[in-house]
Amino acid sequence: MCDDWQPTAPIENIRLRAALLAKTRQFFAARDVLEVETPLLSVATVSDPHLQSFSTRYNGPGLSAETSLYLQTSPEAAMKRLLAAGSGSIYQVCKAFRDGESGARHNPEFTMLEWYRIGFDHFALMDEAEALVQALLGLNGAFERVSYRAIFKRYLDLDPHAASQEALWQCAVDAGIAGGLVVDAIDRDGWLDLLMSHLIEPHLGHDTPLFVYDYPASQAALAQISAGVVPLAERFELFVTGIELANGYHELRDADELQRRFEHDRHLRQVSGAPVPVGNNRLRAALEAGLPASAGVALGFDRLLMLGAGVRSIDEVLIFPVARA
Amino acid sequence: MAIYNTNEFRSGLKLMIDGDPCSIIENQFVKPGKGQAFCRVKLRNLKSGRVYERTYKSGETVEAADVMDTEMQYLYSDGEEWHFMVPDTFEQYVVSEAAMADAAKWLKGQEACLVTLWNGVPLSVAPPNFVELAVTDTDPGVRGDTSGGGGKPATLESGAVVRVPLFVDIDDLLKVDTRTGEYVSRVKN
Repeated sequence: MCDDWQPTAPIENIRLRAALLAKTRQFFAARDVLEVETPLLSVATVSDPHLQSFSTRYNGPGLSAETSLYLQTSPEAAMKRLLAAGSGSIYQVCKAFRDGESGARHNPEFTMLEWYRIGFDHFALMDEAEALVQALLGLNGAFERVSYRAIFKRYLDLDPHAASQEALWQCAVDAGIAGGLVVDAIDRDGWLDLLMSHLIEPHLGHDTPLFVYDYPASQAALAQISAGVVPLAERFELFVTGIELANGYHELRDADELQRRFEHDRHLRQVSGAPVPVGNNRLRAALEAGLPASAGVALGFDRLLMLGAGVRSIDEVLIFPVARA
Repeated sequence: MAIYNTNEFRSGLKLMIDGDPCSIIENQFVKPGKGQAFCRVKLRNLKSGRVYERTYKSGETVEAADVMDTEMQYLYSDGEEWHFMVPDTFEQYVVSEAAMADAAKWLKGQEACLVTLWNGVPLSVAPPNFVELAVTDTDPGVRGDTSGGGGKPATLESGAVVRVPLFVDIDDLLKVDTRTGEYVSRVKN
């Protein structure tokens, strides 16, 4: 007898999703941001070494036989092509897919709210993200904003931009979270991720939601890197009650720099033995044609629902999480 | 030698960690949106009982522990060792004082216990959740006091000492929860 046919989300959380989606659409309609829909399937996929894509094959008219198609890990590439084509500010609520990710805050298929604002930098976009989250969660009062450097200083008394890989490893060992990992088991950013996720994030955004901004340049992904003595990624993340809710960039517009970062990702993937994707030529061509100055952010909509419903497991806001899909 | 990948981690899985058999209590997948994935695991060391946390890089592999739980009947103790039998096969096992730990004080004989074997050697014993044992020593009962307030210590025939209501007398048969060590009720005898 099969007893896992029923939804894991209670009906009130299913209703909450519908209500918050409606509010989200109102929010962007009032700000004249256009709702768009881009494909979930693409011949190209993300090169980020820590994101694994699902792939499938297409057989039929229009493409050559057995063409590999990837399910998007986010709508970023397609939305940037649309921006370069002159769409103006846009938003999208869509499914994103990430292989290997399942847990209390992850499901391999999840809902993402992603939006791009022409002429914004990451600070202006933080203002808007704050207004949206306030509206959706019914919060008042300004969110806290702390740089990546200051948050490491606050909780670990460590400069994340200057500390050596050994110092980061030692910090993890001292805190008892290094497991059996030797210093070069993961790279410098891996140790920063470990410290951030285990020792800092759980404390963030309890009294008031908190933005962390100015990430290490090595974690820029597709954000601009500011010139300076210590180059910094013009990127932010939003944390609410210890949960990472959103990740935004002042967008990189330089096609050559895009190519360099792609090659670097390819190199990291080769070293780790992960699949190495082909380049996204259409995204590159879009940047060559000219991406307008803009900032963009992706927000985990299921996690927003978790916060709205006051639950600690994503299964309580998903109708059928992957184990029941 | 069996090996588990972090993707196979789940509650109850038995692993060898630093030479000791451990059981996973809880497994948490931790991953920044952009960044390295980890598994943060809460474990119980099956030898010491100690609970602790350990972090693995996603995709790491860990040796499995050959640990299995077997239902056995408690036979008798010679004071230093405790003897158990698997009812179906009549196979007998000898359990050391260290492995018996707190279980010994709840047993008088014949009880069905869960014996955890590691490489075929008893590692720990879980007594039945509820046992019925006679009181061998306690202060005289206070008749009529069924309020349950207050209480007094009582020694049971197996050696355990539990806190009981004032009305309980010597030779009363009591039902006790071995997980909490608490008195549940008096049993008619």
